[in-house]
Amino acid sequence: MSAALFRRPWLRGGLLLSGPAAWFVLIYLGALFLLFLSALWSVDSFSGKIVHSWTFANFETLFNVPAYRTIALRTVGIAAAVTVTDILLAVPFAFFAARIAPKRLQAALFVAVLIPLWSSYLVRVFAWRLILAKDGILNWSLEQIGLGSVNIGYSNWAMWIVFSYIWLPFMILPVWAAIERVPESLIEASADMGARGWRSFRLILLPLILPGIVAGSIFTFSLTLGDFITPTLVGGAGSTFIGNVVYQEVGISNNVPFAAAFATVPLVIMGIYLLVARRMGAFEAL
Amino acid sequence: MRFAKIDWALAAVLGAMAIGVAACGSSSSSSSSSVPTKIGTAEGQLNLVAWEGYAQPEWVKPFEAATGCQVHAKYAGSSDEMVTLMRQGGGSTYDMVSASGDASLRLISGGNVAAMNVNLVPEWTNFIPQLQSPSHNTVNGVHYGISLQWGPNVLLYNSSKVKPAPSSWEAIYSPKYKGAVTVPANPIQIADAALYLSKTQPSLGITDPYELTEAQLNAAVNLLKQQRPLVKKYWTAAADEVELFKNGDAVIGAAWPLQTNNLQADKVPVSELIPAQGATGWADTWMLSSHAKHPNCAYKWVNWVSTPKVQAEQAISFGETPANTKACPFMEQIKKGSCVKYHANAPSAYFESIKFWKTPVKNCGNGKTDCTDYSVWQKKWTEVTA
Repeated sequence: MSAALFRRPWLRGGLLLSGPAAWFVLIYLGALFLLFLSALWSVDSFSGKIVHSWTFANFETLFNVPAYRTIALRTVGIAAAVTVTDILLAVPFAFFAARIAPKRLQAALFVAVLIPLWSSYLVRVFAWRLILAKDGILNWSLEQIGLGSVNIGYSNWAMWIVFSYIWLPFMILPVWAAIERVPESLIEASADMGARGWRSFRLILLPLILPGIVAGSIFTFSLTLGDFITPTLVGGAGSTFIGNVVYQEVGISNNVPFAAAFATVPLVIMGIYLLVARRMGAFEAL
Repeated sequence: MRFAKIDWALAAVLGAMAIGVAACGSSSSSSSSSVPTKIGTAEGQLNLVAWEGYAQPEWVKPFEAATGCQVHAKYAGSSDEMVTLMRQGGGSTYDMVSASGDASLRLISGGNVAAMNVNLVPEWTNFIPQLQSPSHNTVNGVHYGISLQWGPNVLLYNSSKVKPAPSSWEAIYSPKYKGAVTVPANPIQIADAALYLSKTQPSLGITDPYELTEAQLNAAVNLLKQQRPLVKKYWTAAADEVELFKNGDAVIGAAWPLQTNNLQADKVPVSELIPAQGATGWADTWMLSSHAKHPNCAYKWVNWVSTPKVQAEQAISFGETPANTKACPFMEQIKKGSCVKYHANAPSAYFESIKFWKTPVKNCGNGKTDCTDYSVWQKKWTEVTA
């Protein structure tokens, strides 16, 4: 038996891969395929049953009704804003952690970044809801220091803050790894040639860690793009995301085909995003 | 990262799957069974789809102890969600639903609920006449459920922050409380706007807030679009609205009496009222799924919740009016003055004053068929809230 496998490496490889490959094809790609398929069906409004005949009506509705365009643009816009925010927060932090902090502080920072991931996502979002509420901790603190109060609970601002907080570790970790990988000698050489700190950062470090940043942005962008819990909990009037529409169409309106059609929108956006990210070398940094 | 070769292999597999999927048509036919003539042995389980607050331990625990039927309740936030839940899994996931008038007819016409034998529910004869065979659950003399409770959608406000006390629905449409208004995330909310317009703009000619021509619907939708910048959040669950009021994010909004009760229990200074323009409301029915797995427990359940004592408990807990006319003395036992407060003693005139939820259909009821149906309402609501 083992001799037979030894003589035929392709058979060995095939047997090893067959389990994961079957899982991947049947469960993962199969689900995606069914998604596309059901997007082309429709629902009989009277009985609520799915009509299995092909139609592009769902996609026409998506393109022709301005409300859905607004929702799609809002989703992409906030996902982009969150990504930019996380880059701005993560790069200085990761730079400090990887290059300046002494070893023991480094370990402490690493744990600090990971600790929030140990608690439930829901708990953290609910905590933010209480922080940002009108009579919440944020306004109480602002009033204590005499700054008055802000009214950002249940709004797109609240969503931006919460998303940026929740996905920040997913940006810090790849950027940290990327900065660690840049040889110290390159920065020193740059300094020897007379470049000051900012110039070295812009011309030497930034291009070298860009794949890490793009890799992190895949996480922050795609995770925000597909979320519907944070908009439900901390969003206000006019905070509907693509995910919320999908959830409502499945759970409340019983229109699975339309939900499937709308769910293909983030898929397409992520497809384009990943293609661009691959060009920028993000996959080598993962 | 080279996918090209794998791509072809995948395409072949997916192609094979496509043929497989196309071959499987869905075939689920509804089997209609005749009405039972007696209640059999309890099955030990009962799965309910209910409005928040309709399956409180106060009356569920004694029911479980008395009948051995374990109750599993799933709360739904809107009539649309109830209809969807009752259609899930071929309709056998849930045994009963506490459907309001805007869901009941959809469930009946979709074949999702079964006819029920009112003779197996003795208390039914004590119901107010309007709720024995109402048009929202009785079709051609066939009963598709047992009425439960009814009540108005009220205007809820924080009495320490909203001064003077409001008397009109205008309060949630005027910029005075901008950013501190909350209304339900529910397309049927259009009817609230229509009801308000029927009184404030008589020239529109709205007589029934659920029977709107396109022009009337557009007027209501425009009002809601003007309201949108004032709204802090469209609430989906009663608990959401309670939290908004607790944390000061909302000071006024459309609500159920349940929220008022819960907030007052938590010592939040709130009051409710039915404004001058009147109110929309609900008349709920326990309906039995046509594919129910536990019909005997279901019949035991409707009998239980129809008894005057449980009717009284639920009425006070939620803040609504019981269908059973014998509930009054029990309400007085639990809470003095509650019988009058919730109109359980003289309901007829009050009953007529509430515009009960019903599903908007093309038929306007006056021989014309130019009214907007519910699917149009849903689309318009998406436009308002997107």
